[in-house]
Amino acid sequence: MPERKRRRARVAQEDCVACGCCVKVCPLGAIQVDRGLYARVDEAKCVGCGKCARECPASVITITEEAAV
Amino acid sequence: MKGKKWYDYLWIASLTYLILGFFNILFAWLGLLCFFIPLIIAVVRGTKGYCNRYCGRGQLFALLGGRFGLSRRRDVPRWMKSQWFRYGFLVFFFAMFFQMLWSTYLVFAGTRDLGQVVTLLWTFRLPWHWAYHGTFFSAGVAQFAFGFYSVMLTSTVLGLVTMVLFKPRSWCVYCPMGTMTQLICRARAAGDAPRESPGEPDCA
Repeated sequence: MPERKRRRARVAQEDCVACGCCVKVCPLGAIQVDRGLYARVDEAKCVGCGKCARECPASVITITEEAAV
Repeated sequence: MKGKKWYDYLWIASLTYLILGFFNILFAWLGLLCFFIPLIIAVVRGTKGYCNRYCGRGQLFALLGGRFGLSRRRDVPRWMKSQWFRYGFLVFFFAMFFQMLWSTYLVFAGTRDLGQVVTLLWTFRLPWHWAYHGTFFSAGVAQFAFGFYSVMLTSTVLGLVTMVLFKPRSWCVYCPMGTMTQLICRARAAGDAPRESPGEPDCA
């Protein structure tokens, strides 16, 4: 049986400008701006669709694949 | 993504502001709202709520670059999102801003005549006399309007250029107000007790 993988959005928080563009496009409400500092992904909600990564003006969001637990 | 709220239409206000400046320059004073509201939200609430929700200019870029397809949708260069460029641009922007305030002061003081021009990109002096119809107050009031509209038009042009070259809201990466409000948020967060889990999100 092939190994299942989960896709998740990852934010390079040190480069995030906290503009909130990602929040507006997330269909699951899985990303929020935390205290005006950076975007934070809710791991439980994120399915790694990549909409936030495409929208991010600073391109600091990447989609990663990990083995499902 | 949820249904649209009233603040999703603030791009209309931003567009109207730019158009009004072509007819009566004194409307430029309204642009101070775009300076004070982000700062007040950052200082009082410790969030970038203005950028996240209410920035009509960002919405306008998103509309033109996204819906209208006027953006190449490329990544911004690495240097553009670096700290030194963002803070450097913030310092440069405010140096130019204070120079504009000094010119306004000189007109208020009567040592300089009113310049009925809009200075684009801090360099190009565009005749703008058709938008000035006199003022009940000092000529300095009009001078500030010309100067402030220059700031707003310059940042719009820069935002449009980077919108076309990179992603629609590339302006947000180096917007001086965004950089400054994030600095305020950092200062506030540093002052707060460290916490493990995120609290109430800035926007939902």
